[in-house]
Amino acid sequence: MVPKHEKLSKAKAKELLEKYNVVPNQLPQITLTDPTLENMEVEAGDIIKITRKSPTAGESVYYRVISIG
Amino acid sequence: MEVVREKIEKLEFKLISPSFMKKMAIVKVITPELYDADGYPVDGGLMDIRMGVVDPGLRCRTCGGRVKECPGHFGFIELARPAVHVRFVPWIIDFLRCTCRKCSRILISPDKIAAYVKDIKKIERQKGELEKWKFIKGVTKRCRTVSKCPYCGEKQSKIKLEKPTTFNEDRIRLTPIDIRERLERIPDEDLLFLGLEPLAGRPEWMIITLLPVPPVTVRPSITLESGQRSEDDLTHKLGDIVRTNQRLFENLNAGAPEIIIDDLWDLLQYHVTTFFANNISQIPPARHRSGRPLKTLAERIKSKEGRFRRNLAGKRVDFSSRTVISPDPHIQINEVGIPQVVAIELTVPERVTEWNKDYLVGFVKRGPTKYPGANYVITPDGKRKKVIPDTVDVILEEIKPGYIVERHMIDRDVVIFNRQPSLHKMSMMAHYVKVLPGKTFRINPCTTTPYNADFDGDEMNLHVPQTEESRAEAEMLMNVANQIITPRYGLPIIGSEQDHISGCYLLTQEGFTLSRSETSQLMMSIGQFEKLPAKKIFTGKEIFSLLLPEDFNFEGKTKRCRRHDKCEGKDCEYDCYVCVENGQLKSGAIDDRSIGAGSGKLYHEFIKFYGTERAIDFFQKVSLLGIKVLNMIGFTVKLSDTDIAPESFSEIKSILNNAEAESYMLIEKYNKRQMRAYPGRTLKETLESNVMSVLNRARNKVSKVVESHTSSKNYTMVMADSGARGSSLNVALIAACVGQTALRGSRINKGYSERVFPHFEKNDLGPGAHGFIRHGYKGGLNPFEFFFHAISGRDSMMDTSMRTPKSGYMQRRLVNALQDIKVHFDGTVRDSSGTVIQFKYGEDGIDVTKSDGGKINVGDIKNEVIG
Repeated sequence: MVPKHEKLSKAKAKELLEKYNVVPNQLPQITLTDPTLENMEVEAGDIIKITRKSPTAGESVYYRVISIG
Repeated sequence: MEVVREKIEKLEFKLISPSFMKKMAIVKVITPELYDADGYPVDGGLMDIRMGVVDPGLRCRTCGGRVKECPGHFGFIELARPAVHVRFVPWIIDFLRCTCRKCSRILISPDKIAAYVKDIKKIERQKGELEKWKFIKGVTKRCRTVSKCPYCGEKQSKIKLEKPTTFNEDRIRLTPIDIRERLERIPDEDLLFLGLEPLAGRPEWMIITLLPVPPVTVRPSITLESGQRSEDDLTHKLGDIVRTNQRLFENLNAGAPEIIIDDLWDLLQYHVTTFFANNISQIPPARHRSGRPLKTLAERIKSKEGRFRRNLAGKRVDFSSRTVISPDPHIQINEVGIPQVVAIELTVPERVTEWNKDYLVGFVKRGPTKYPGANYVITPDGKRKKVIPDTVDVILEEIKPGYIVERHMIDRDVVIFNRQPSLHKMSMMAHYVKVLPGKTFRINPCTTTPYNADFDGDEMNLHVPQTEESRAEAEMLMNVANQIITPRYGLPIIGSEQDHISGCYLLTQEGFTLSRSETSQLMMSIGQFEKLPAKKIFTGKEIFSLLLPEDFNFEGKTKRCRRHDKCEGKDCEYDCYVCVENGQLKSGAIDDRSIGAGSGKLYHEFIKFYGTERAIDFFQKVSLLGIKVLNMIGFTVKLSDTDIAPESFSEIKSILNNAEAESYMLIEKYNKRQMRAYPGRTLKETLESNVMSVLNRARNKVSKVVESHTSSKNYTMVMADSGARGSSLNVALIAACVGQTALRGSRINKGYSERVFPHFEKNDLGPGAHGFIRHGYKGGLNPFEFFFHAISGRDSMMDTSMRTPKSGYMQRRLVNALQDIKVHFDGTVRDSSGTVIQFKYGEDGIDVTKSDGGKINVGDIKNEVIG
């Protein structure tokens, strides 16, 4: 039910920010207290990659930056 | 112009103090008289020219400004006795109830007060303003029940509010003076518990002693044609206040009896109350001499006619027009027919150059009354000159390059056409002008779908762009041709309608033929003047092919396609496969699926290959062809179209009987508790859903039978089969059986206890007792059926009339929230601050208007490239 959430490595995160030419606070957010992040070793400021099913594209990738709850 | 960028951090609303009121005022108004014998404003009157001027020619005595320069200045009225401000009554009653009647301290014991202060501060800091207010409400509620003052020991009594502005304590009236005294005594530190910041004002300011008089510019008087002056409603109301106030003063000074004073005081209170709001429910509204209620302060602001919705959120525009629309299939789809009276009034500014001077001078010569003429000429220094017989010669003499001529609208001008509600971008499109006789706007019926218009009295709006840029922008972005394909699902939303489809469907039936002369006649009437092939007899498919380009190819299914396991393609025995090869319609009848608005695949293919401009012309010709074919062969509907073969009656009867028997079996099973309930449903609900599905299945079966027994040659069925209008279900409703009626999604279960009508047995669960109608409209419903039908009819009518505004508002809020989100060049969807909403538009990055139903058909592209 819950789409796949994974933490991006520092290098990957930097790559992402460069690809979209954004600063972290221009990304969509997810709170640190979100239940999906419960068993992950993450901290505020990390970027989460979400891979989910999409009715239009089959599978789509989304990124969220962790904000303090 | 320098742009100032400052962020507004917060806005504070405070009470206005009497001292500030005095300071901002310029005049003390003392007399109800407005003008002296010469018609000059009286000093100290309500129209005192120190408060601003509305007469041209006079100058304001405060700032020296003329009519539009002087912003107006406040005055004030000193009330002889204080009055309660209606809008503050809820606060005042709270204040009175929560404070001691003797010492005016808050009714909280001194030892608890510190804790409360701490709580309030904490809640405000952590949870915000709203929670603080809720907490304070709780505090005041508790204070009300205290019966003894914790400070002076005074016994408290109940204070009752007699709406709108009278306060009684133990049946003794509290005058505004008494109230004001009590409020004055409340110490600043107690105000926190009453929800009032001490910095925001003192509670006694809620009782009015000084009344500000709004500037004259706020309440301008108008001079009627007869030279008589007519004053604004606010001026009238203020006049009443000043008049009673003066009388009260005089009576007080003369030491008049208390009854008279009290009466006058009440009158003053009434006038002050109605000055603020004239629709307080407990008191009669103040009326004008003619009997019309006065429009005072609150009414100026609120509701649809108020300042916000009438003047700020919606404004009237110049260069626009509105009339009834009517259809004209002979004008182009991207044209709009405009009455000459409108064309003469609406103008297009055109700049005079060396090269168009003679052309524009022609317009000026004809003047404002002779079409096509000109109404105004603008000189290079910006002076606007009206073209009238007296000025024409002078203007013609001086006109030279650099002048601007405001000429009448002529054919091929660009205008923006709109129908409310403007729910999507196709609700406002740019059309080309076509000036026509008559008094209505004419549109091609093909453009009714995007506007959601019909011709039962609909009105539409028209706007004329006034600059080259706006005209170009409208033409490029809003042109009808560019709106054909809807971004919702990628099919043409502009296409053929109703009769166009019926006509083309009949034309392209197998076996339809016309002679050469008839074909020629048909082609002439739709404006297709190409040479006909050398033939004596033309089939319908050949005639349709005359409109197709020679290199056009298309394959698609029709509406009647039965979805056989193996599609025979163009050899389909029912002629249900449309195939166009090299501009020749080889097989298939043309119907809704090929040329219909919102579903036409053939039109979509046409646009892909030949572009929208050519498509506009093609669509119009196909549609017109449909109409002309119907004109030629005659097309009508009659009641006997819904006649069905007598032998089918028994078939229908047995279907219905079986269904009824089946539902009785279900009921019996239910009564014997042999039925298994669906998960999450009760046994009763399970029965209901089973019975309903049995009955609905029966109706569908009946509809199939009706379909097979009606001739597909009759015109009602032609409309249903081609998708032009109606469906075979509608025919079944008329011919055979209306079926189950529904009330809020279930069978009808209302009325008497355990039965709908007293004529049924109690707890009868059978089909007939709960709204199953086994007759058709033509056969006639029995009285019970008729009533059931009326119930569900009323219900669905109410449903639509309540749901439409609700979903409309929902949509409006969504649009407002999402309006400045856009797709950027890197394919991301972002808001105005650059925050990413989607990393790829629609998650797949496809522009629906350029796709095949939201997908990219890789196979087609491959075939096209490789061949």
